Amino acid sequence: MAQGIHVATTINGDAVEYVCQPRETLLEVLRNRLGLTGAKEGCGTGDCGACSVTLDGRLVCSCLVLGAEAEGRSVTTVEGLSTNGNLHPLQKKFIEHAALQCGICTPGFLVSAKALLDRNPDPTEEEIRYALAGNLCRCTGYDKIVRAVDAAAKELRSKA
Amino acid sequence: MNHDQSFTNQEFKIVGTRPPRPDGVDKVTGRARYGADAFAPGQLVGLILRSPHAHAKIKKIDISKAEKLPGVKAVITSADLPDLTKGDRGQLDILENCMARGRALYDGHAVAAVAAVDAETARKALQLIKVDYQVLPHVTDVDEAMKDNAPIVQPHIRTVGVNPAPTKASNVSQRTEFGHGDVEAGFKRADVIVERSYKTEQTHQGYIEPHACLASVGPDGQGELWVTTQGHFTFRNQCASLLGMDVAKLKVTSSEIGGGFGGKTHVWMEPVALALSRKANRPVKVVMTRDEVFRATGPTCSTSIDVKIGATKDGRITAALATLRYQDGAFPSIWGMLGGMTSFACYDLENVKAIAYDVLVNRPKVAAYRAPSAPMAAFAVESTIDQVAAEIGWDPVDFRIKNAAKEGTRASYGPTYGPIGIGPTLLAAKNHPHMKAPLRKNQGRGMACGFWFNFGGQTCTDLNIGVDGTVSLTVGTVDVGGSRASLSLIAAEELGIPYEKVKCTVADTASLGHNDTTEGSRGTFSSGMATIYAARDAIRVLKERAAKTWEIDVADVTWRNGRAMALKAEHGNLNELTLEELAAASPRTGGPIAGHNEVVADGAGVSFATHICDIEVDPETGHTKVIRYTVIQDAGKAIHPDYVEGQFQGAAAQGIGWALNEEYIYGKDGRLQNPGFLDYRIPVCSDLPFIDTQILEIPNPGHPYGVRGVGETSIVPPLAAIANAVSNAAGVRLTHIPMSPPRILKAIKNGNGKSHAGR
Amino acid sequence: MIEVQLSASLREFAGGAASVAVEATTVRELLRKLVERYPRMQKRFDEGVAVSINGEIFRDDRAQRIPEGAEVYLLPRIPGG
Repeated sequence: MAQGIHVATTINGDAVEYVCQPRETLLEVLRNRLGLTGAKEGCGTGDCGACSVTLDGRLVCSCLVLGAEAEGRSVTTVEGLSTNGNLHPLQKKFIEHAALQCGICTPGFLVSAKALLDRNPDPTEEEIRYALAGNLCRCTGYDKIVRAVDAAAKELRSKA
Repeated sequence: MNHDQSFTNQEFKIVGTRPPRPDGVDKVTGRARYGADAFAPGQLVGLILRSPHAHAKIKKIDISKAEKLPGVKAVITSADLPDLTKGDRGQLDILENCMARGRALYDGHAVAAVAAVDAETARKALQLIKVDYQVLPHVTDVDEAMKDNAPIVQPHIRTVGVNPAPTKASNVSQRTEFGHGDVEAGFKRADVIVERSYKTEQTHQGYIEPHACLASVGPDGQGELWVTTQGHFTFRNQCASLLGMDVAKLKVTSSEIGGGFGGKTHVWMEPVALALSRKANRPVKVVMTRDEVFRATGPTCSTSIDVKIGATKDGRITAALATLRYQDGAFPSIWGMLGGMTSFACYDLENVKAIAYDVLVNRPKVAAYRAPSAPMAAFAVESTIDQVAAEIGWDPVDFRIKNAAKEGTRASYGPTYGPIGIGPTLLAAKNHPHMKAPLRKNQGRGMACGFWFNFGGQTCTDLNIGVDGTVSLTVGTVDVGGSRASLSLIAAEELGIPYEKVKCTVADTASLGHNDTTEGSRGTFSSGMATIYAARDAIRVLKERAAKTWEIDVADVTWRNGRAMALKAEHGNLNELTLEELAAASPRTGGPIAGHNEVVADGAGVSFATHICDIEVDPETGHTKVIRYTVIQDAGKAIHPDYVEGQFQGAAAQGIGWALNEEYIYGKDGRLQNPGFLDYRIPVCSDLPFIDTQILEIPNPGHPYGVRGVGETSIVPPLAAIANAVSNAAGVRLTHIPMSPPRILKAIKNGNGKSHAGR
Repeated sequence: MIEVQLSASLREFAGGAASVAVEATTVRELLRKLVERYPRMQKRFDEGVAVSINGEIFRDDRAQRIPEGAEVYLLPRIPGG
């Protein structure tokens, strides 16, 4: 086995250190070493978005990022969405609008939707759909997801 | 205990509202645990070696080098999974599908497995296993497999249902027939006959969560299995049987499930994980890659179907005939027969015949996919119905209304229908605003109807009242789409308490009696029924406790709005006793208060749907865009309307992907070319519009609330509705699913609009 | 007396007859008597059989009563997804 790489990074605002193998992905590190199982592996090839996290504010598929690449950077996962036990408006709206059935894609969608609203607080339906096109859902047909994101955007704008 | 299951036609206080689901917070915070989210101390990583050949004899497997690799704790082959099936061929097929026995039958067939301390070691170990294959000729196409000179997939198969009984091996495992009347005479009377052939390619349920489990078997033969499944009791029985374990000594816990749609009703690698754990004497976690999910689980059939329908000018169908050829993968099954049964189920026909063939090919063992076998048959029949309507100049909806099945119709599969909802869904479609919306250039409108059975099945439910009056509802049907919310609504309704006071949990196999798999649209229907009876059982106890407390006759106690009340004027001075008060007093009135129910919820009835869609076709590129989509379906009674709508929309979306894009592409070498989400492209958010839904509520007389199962039916109409829309938009008839851009362009170029063309 | 309709795949076990008269009041009794008369049907029943009584399909409940004069149809046991 190759020598482990020591990584010091920030995850959901907390300083975190770990040792990982060179070819280990950030997704594998999050799930298997750090117990952050919110990000899911749906495909391992960056096609489904279930592993979505942000890296220095940029939306990425964590299955396509190496664990070692997180050195000195800031990672946000679905576990970092709520603050002090208060759900983010996106999380609240997903529940209110029944935007999840099995829920396996939900963490990825929440991270992607937040990344969208952070840069575009007033998206059109088309903009929402294209921004979320990298997240696959097999249960809902996306209808209630789009409505939930739209509702969350409205709430965030009213609070701003 | 016999329960009166008949419809009570009551008014509801809470059922029918839309409260938040109990597992919602866990799922939006990442706390919910799915199949791959469990970890055990000392766990090993399990990986499976798979055949790269579509068909091969396995002459030798040398695992010696793999076993010696440091960090490898177990290597298994079929030698570690002895045949305990006692001549049950169906069970042996399942065992052989989980691990090859001397022959590889499809690209991806498991041939060996390892358990090692980490993934990297396990991968190295797989590479050290030497398999000596003798590659054999293969066949992957359903029509090719029926030809005389086709390579034989299962040498022991002799076609059943053919007279005289054949002696030669065949890839046709059975021929079945349904119908009544005289189709030949019926065709003679027809003014117009349309005869057409259709093909549908193989698709996968496409759940986003790959199969995953954590298995732990001890030297004493006791074991635990954490697994993503639609039926943990069924998995327990299946795994125990295949591994020679006692059922009660294998505890199976269902994780949250990340989608199933029928694909997680069967075991694939769970027996292998248990066998690895048994040999290594440590917990073993096996998680499939997406590649493995496509190659080696249970997609649906590819099909080849001929349909002939005759009608008179006054709009009556005089005869209908279908010949259906379905491939079941490498092991015999009944999917073709099911297609034959459902083909003409929507219609009232005097003369009807469906002949179905179940065919073997070198592809993975087919599993159910949401209303299994029905979508393909509906595609072929509904496309032909549209063409017949056009030939006699009838509106497609009116033509269907004229010939729709109703109460008293003899179904094409045999029995006579009781009250059914196809007429209402068609009428609702006719009157829906979608029908009047204007169409633009290159846009076409299509509609189709569909039908699926609903099932009941074995169900067991516990309802326990905590000392503070909150209620634990324990069920055994896996929650695939929000049923815990619906079941909590039902318990709250029956008890007369707020929804928030009920907590519904899916129990493991050690905690409850057997519950059948969540399939056949039965989750809310069956567990809902059991919940009603368990709640009424608890109410009986609550009334007894009140009677005891008041020292009056229990016959004088009634339960209303969450409290016990004394009837009769002479008890007028007695205050009501709430659920909380009775619960708090329970230690002194007889102990814990609970209700329990086992029921074989049967006689569930059927559910009909009609879909309307508008599709735009680009005549230069063949690209399609879904402009508008409407689902109209009968739900009997919508317990939680959000989740009923969710089933309608989700099923429609799967149908849209199936109709326009999804297909298994096999190469000449018999290998699956596109086992990933990039090239097996399911609909994404930007592909779809909002999906409109209309819930009809025609009560099911066989359920106290009138509930019908809804999960499956809406995958049945989309293939046909979209084919009709695309055909109208493009001006040519499409007969091959999926209607991907190259197929549409080819159809436009060849101009195959003529209805009477052959294959 | 119940007139049981047989689906096409079961008729070969009953000498080609499309329907069979049986004296039975429950599904269990019906299936038992059919197997007594046509032993080769047992294999088909083991593979999975459902009974339609007046249009309602019963897959599992062998105790289900069959009303006098009901329309009874034997079908393959249909799985869902």
